[in-house]
Amino acid sequence: MRYRNPEKRKADFKEVSLGLTERQAVKEAARCLQCKKPRCIAGCPVEIDIPKFISFVKEKDYLGGLRTIREFNMLPAICGRVCPQETQCQGMCILGKKSKPVSIGSIERFVADYEVSLGRIDLPDIKPSNGHKVAVIGSGPAGLTVAADLAKLGYDITVFEALHEAGGVLAYGIPEFRLPKKTIQREIEFVKGLGVRILLNRVIGKTQTIDEFFNDGFKAIFIGVGAGAPKYLGIPGENLNNVYFASEFLTRVNLMKAHHFPVYDTPVKKARKVAVIGGGNVAMDSARTALRLGAERVYIVYRRSERELPSRHEEIENAKEEGIRFRFLSDPRVILGNDAGWVRAIRCEKMRLSDPDESGRKRPEPTGKEFTISVDQVIMAIGQTSNPILVRSIKGLKLWGDGYIGIDREGRTNLKGIFAGGDISTGAATVISAMGAGKRAARSIDEYIMGR
Amino acid sequence: MKKQTIAPEVDMMVVNAPLIANHAKAGNFVVMRLHEKGERIPLTIADSNKDAGTITLLFQKTGKTTEELGMLNSGDEIRDIAGPLGHPTPVKKYGHCVLVGGGIGVATLYPILKALKARNNKVTAILGARTKELLVWEENFREFSNEVLVATDDGSYGRKGLVTDALKDIIDHRSVALVIAVGPIRMMQAVSELTRPYGIKTMVSLNPIMVEGTGMCGACRVNVAGKTRFACIEGPEFDGHEVDFNGLGSRLVFYKKEEEVSLKRFKRKCKK
Ligand SMILES: Cc1cc2nc3c(=O)[nH]c(=O)nc-3n(C[C@H](O)[C@H](O)[C@H](O)COP(=O)(O)OP(=O)(O)OC[C@H]3O[C@@H](n4cnc5c(N)ncnc54)[C@H](O)[C@@H]3O)c2cc1C
Ligand SMILES: Cc1cc2nc3c(=O)[nH]c(=O)nc-3n(C[C@H](O)[C@H](O)[C@H](O)COP(=O)(O)OP(=O)(O)OC[C@H]3O[C@@H](n4cnc5c(N)ncnc54)[C@H](O)[C@@H]3O)c2cc1C
Ligand code: SF4
Ligand code: SF4
Ligand code: FES
Repeated sequence: MRYRNPEKRKADFKEVSLGLTERQAVKEAARCLQCKKPRCIAGCPVEIDIPKFISFVKEKDYLGGLRTIREFNMLPAICGRVCPQETQCQGMCILGKKSKPVSIGSIERFVADYEVSLGRIDLPDIKPSNGHKVAVIGSGPAGLTVAADLAKLGYDITVFEALHEAGGVLAYGIPEFRLPKKTIQREIEFVKGLGVRILLNRVIGKTQTIDEFFNDGFKAIFIGVGAGAPKYLGIPGENLNNVYFASEFLTRVNLMKAHHFPVYDTPVKKARKVAVIGGGNVAMDSARTALRLGAERVYIVYRRSERELPSRHEEIENAKEEGIRFRFLSDPRVILGNDAGWVRAIRCEKMRLSDPDESGRKRPEPTGKEFTISVDQVIMAIGQTSNPILVRSIKGLKLWGDGYIGIDREGRTNLKGIFAGGDISTGAATVISAMGAGKRAARSIDEYIMGR
Repeated sequence: MKKQTIAPEVDMMVVNAPLIANHAKAGNFVVMRLHEKGERIPLTIADSNKDAGTITLLFQKTGKTTEELGMLNSGDEIRDIAGPLGHPTPVKKYGHCVLVGGGIGVATLYPILKALKARNNKVTAILGARTKELLVWEENFREFSNEVLVATDDGSYGRKGLVTDALKDIIDHRSVALVIAVGPIRMMQAVSELTRPYGIKTMVSLNPIMVEGTGMCGACRVNVAGKTRFACIEGPEFDGHEVDFNGLGSRLVFYKKEEEVSLKRFKRKCKK
């Protein structure tokens, strides 16, 4: 894979990874052994027929490869870019045992981008309309997948989205330099091309209710509202000025384009020294966004060690190359402010890892040693939880944990005609697992409506 | 959309938004964005009409977005508008309620007043403004309240002084079940401090900076009773005796510099 020079790329928001060239893609495809029992497929949550699509690429039939992927996955340009391949398809690839696994994600991205370069969209066959209306709430990967799958089967689909832009986390969370907005827009155009209607600015549970949907003739409802509410640490100083939740920081930049302030009206604070708390994708994205806004020093403060970082590996590498500094085994205790109520430093406790517990996981334990980093901005990226607006508006809906929707394997909730999937039923997870949940739910919605 | 100027720097706008009108309750607000490059700003639903499918907004031109909003003409469209957001005001039979409104706070109080009257409460409204011409919607309040008192800073209308002086007179002499105060932070803080020793339940409607207004970003967090709360979904009304007003005040000036840049740039562009 080709990447832009770290010194150049960290000064702008353009995409960091340039993908494979045609020659590289064909060469990489040729490495695949076309296994009889392909392990890679089991690693992909939507079970793409990986050897099959790769064999098309080997023969330079890129659109054939893309068509194969789209039988399973409607958003290949996105998944090729953001899937944690090292723990999914590529993590299972047999070649990985001895040397490097096939770069499945990069090849997937290549064929999707190839179609873009031709300036066309190959729509699959759509069954004639069956007249049944289904409402999809939330336009993230889960919702878009349900919508696309059912539209192909001839259903009349309306997607209701609370924000002014479709895409969920893809639109407001994941930054441009990792997932260009035009890539998302194109994938959404594809879904719309299947006849899906997307209505924006509809906060369901407020603007309209589930009961109204059933009264309006919707036969089934899919809930894919994600896990959008930020978690907080609950340490002193969290409400000081220039302490951001990652969600706000990233939303200001990605959705509201605050990096173009004042051309765009929404501002975001640029800081010199920034501490980002957390170690997942959200933390990496926040850190690298802060860097691109002009910060001189950006720290990632993480309470476990490098090995436990939950982020995609590629992004950790990218972050390091760009000069992000890591403070491992560090647990924030207090955010310190100046007299005017603005951040000036963060104090952490040094941790060490315990022996593995029953679950085999090493836990961070306090050592009693504290240290302070002077910073003028803190970004908290310690996770998201469920948003109560819709979930609480539905009487009798079975929930678990922090308000996540309980579903069975097929995406059914305990209420008739209501299905759910994605982050709102699992807690914050991945794009492709949300899509997998969407696929299963689409199948059971079809069965439910057709009375099978 | 229809628009009308009702006081210096204050416009009233009637927006066609049937879905929002259908569900609007006292205490709700909308978040709107004027155009592609615009900021999302929250405005209270000051009135709504289910049959006509309209909502009414009152806004004070305090910065770039509200200035720009003020330049729209009747018939124009607002690109994005989402709502009704926020936790509705809990309305039941309380007894004697006193509503204290400062400046544009009347926009929030008016639907609360109507809802309280619909549940047979006795309502005294105290409206405050710097000067007479800045007082808005007095007639509307007179139509529904049992009693309306006016206080202006310069004494140009009603009694001279602060709304808290008028409120003190009332609570010293009459029993009050509930006070709801909406207006500038310092006013809400003063009202809460005044009622605290009397043990009168006091609700205030907070106006922290918001981004999306659906509980997803945490921009609107405020400290209430030592806990972090999100005003857009758990509020905007909170118990005034528990609110950390100083913290709220400090967060409200966070983008002061950027707001000035934005407004100056806009005014320069308008002149051209
Ligand atoms: C910064 C960041 C980086 C990430 N990076 C990666 C990555 O690299 N790889 C990866 O695989 N995963 C990544 N993830 C996780 C991944 O994005 C999510 O797991 C995935 O988007 C979940 O999809 P979803 O469809 O369940 O929900 P979401 O994408 O959250 O979409 C839900 C949508 O529903 C809307 N909604 C919410 N409430 C309502 C309502 N009441 N009415 C109408 N609409 C509503 C929301 O506005 C939103 O648009 C990242 C997440 C974040 C935040
Ligand atoms: C729940 C709620 C209801 C509100 N209802 C009304 C109303 O009915 N009428 C009315 O005139 N005003 C109302 N406001 C305040 C209104 O949102 C701000 O005046 C408006 O956002 C200012 O934007 P601006 O670009 O014109 O000014 P700016 O120059 O951006 O800011 C002027 C002032 O407004 C505040 N502000 C700025 N941006 C935001 C934002 N995104 N969210 C909240 N406050 C902000 C800042 O504290 C600042 O001091 C309400 C605020 C909230 C939170
Ligand atoms: S969708 Fe993701 S997990 Fe599946 S093959 Fe593509 S990159 Fe791998
Ligand atoms: S496991 Fe690896 S080598 Fe085997 S088919 Fe899958 S990608 Fe090809
Ligand atoms: S405005 Fe984003 S959480 Fe309240």
